[in-house]
Amino acid sequence: MSGLTIQSEYSPDSDRIMAVSFGPQHPGAGHFRIKLWLDGDYLVRSEPDPGYVHRGEEKMGEYRNYTQNVPHLERPVILDSSNILFPYALGVDELMNNNVPPRAQYLRVIMAECNRIISHMYFLGIMGIFTGHSTMIEWGMGDRDFWIDLASRIGGARVTFAYIIPGGVRNDMPEGLAEKGLKTCDWFEKRIDEYDRIFFKNPIFVERTEGVGVLSTEDAVKLGAVGTVLRASGVKRDVRKDEPYSAYPDFDFDIPVLKSGDSWARCYVAVEEMRQSVKIIRQAFKQIPPGPVRLKLGPQPRVPAGEVYSRTEAARGEMSYHIVADGTPRPYRLKIGTPSFKNLAVLPHLLKNCHVADIPVIYWSGNYWPVEADR
Amino acid sequence: MSQVQPAPAKPEPVRAKELASRITSKFPEVKTDWMKERRLKVTATVATMKDVCLFVRDELGFDHISTVSGVDWIAKNEFEVVYFINSLSKPGLEDFVIGVAERVPRDNPVVPTLIEVWSGAEYDERETHEMFGINFQGHPNQGHLLLPEDWNDLPPLRKDYNSPGR
Repeated sequence: MSGLTIQSEYSPDSDRIMAVSFGPQHPGAGHFRIKLWLDGDYLVRSEPDPGYVHRGEEKMGEYRNYTQNVPHLERPVILDSSNILFPYALGVDELMNNNVPPRAQYLRVIMAECNRIISHMYFLGIMGIFTGHSTMIEWGMGDRDFWIDLASRIGGARVTFAYIIPGGVRNDMPEGLAEKGLKTCDWFEKRIDEYDRIFFKNPIFVERTEGVGVLSTEDAVKLGAVGTVLRASGVKRDVRKDEPYSAYPDFDFDIPVLKSGDSWARCYVAVEEMRQSVKIIRQAFKQIPPGPVRLKLGPQPRVPAGEVYSRTEAARGEMSYHIVADGTPRPYRLKIGTPSFKNLAVLPHLLKNCHVADIPVIYWSGNYWPVEADR
Repeated sequence: MSQVQPAPAKPEPVRAKELASRITSKFPEVKTDWMKERRLKVTATVATMKDVCLFVRDELGFDHISTVSGVDWIAKNEFEVVYFINSLSKPGLEDFVIGVAERVPRDNPVVPTLIEVWSGAEYDERETHEMFGINFQGHPNQGHLLLPEDWNDLPPLRKDYNSPGR
């Protein structure tokens, strides 16, 4: 590449401090690099370096119409694909003043909650790898597939469903799926209790994560943390409860909060959230009303000029869209605010003065997904 | 496809009106852009932006940064920077998001950084700088964040930058 300068990253002013890269080829870091400045085994300073998987989703959004935007917008976080489309659909619905049918609202919630479990299982499985607990990755990835099976019966694909669209959902769920879904819920609820014993109360896992990377409540608010990171630090905030959207007001569920703010809490809050997701999915399958599932908007919906800021609670936290419409078939501006990007400021704060061996644990406990942050 | 009911009428934006009047009584130059039941967007001038944001944080209780968004209004020769803020501490404002915006001319886009107001804005401002070329004065690091380090074209989210092949 022309113009690329390769700089020496060894600190010139001190022979004690050594600069090292964590990633972007690290098997756990994904397509993401953290620049580390080390003094022996201790971390002096760190600087996150995202952008290795930047795809220009926001610019792409300006070239495509409101329907064409659906499939590419879920690419940044394919393991949580329904939740990244949810606020987009809500935003366009608000601009067009769509009255989305109730059955579609329920199906949106079912898919969003299935995706939350799929995403959290992946997160916890990789957390097992990072803490040297190989059973967890096998259990996590294996059990995740039961939810992928269920979601793919509704969405038609394995991970990229393109299911939640402006005006409703793409298609109805097949007949008889509610029974299968309820069985999966019953089985999974029992299964989560087993995770407690083998993983979260396991002394080896507790030793690696308890008291590691503590984020205080004040810092979490100040740094703009969202989602599991915020709730593990004792702030009871969840967009599903704070600003109930879609069919969420119809369901009875809690927002799990933990006080300690360490890596263990950031993992365990995800387990508690999966319990609540199962509760929501069960209620949704039982109460789902009959009726149409989408509005007839046509291939090129006419969106009147306007501006909207919509947000939902994705698996990693608050997902938001700032959509500026100018009356043409394409958005004038499409800003995607992803939870991973919002949590980026937390990472260098937590990595201060920690051991090198704690870096993977702290990094992954933040539930950071590089592609989601880069967009 | 059966007939669906029309969308229900939107409720009156009571809280947005009250918040907007509190801001404009202190800062008369602030313009209210739009009000919704759970949203409010106001535009401050570049000179008073920091004071307005401190007022929004300390007096109105909006302590948690959500997103910073930029818009290129090329026909008006202006950039717009919008800070979307929500509140974690104020009861009754859980569902409310306020957007505080400022507009700068495209030929000299310099605005003050708001890291001192909301420290979480650091990476959002850096991204807005990179994507629009807006200079956030006082920002500690405005190096490349998401783009390749040898990027030497226009900032890509400007309207006069065209993606290759478009």
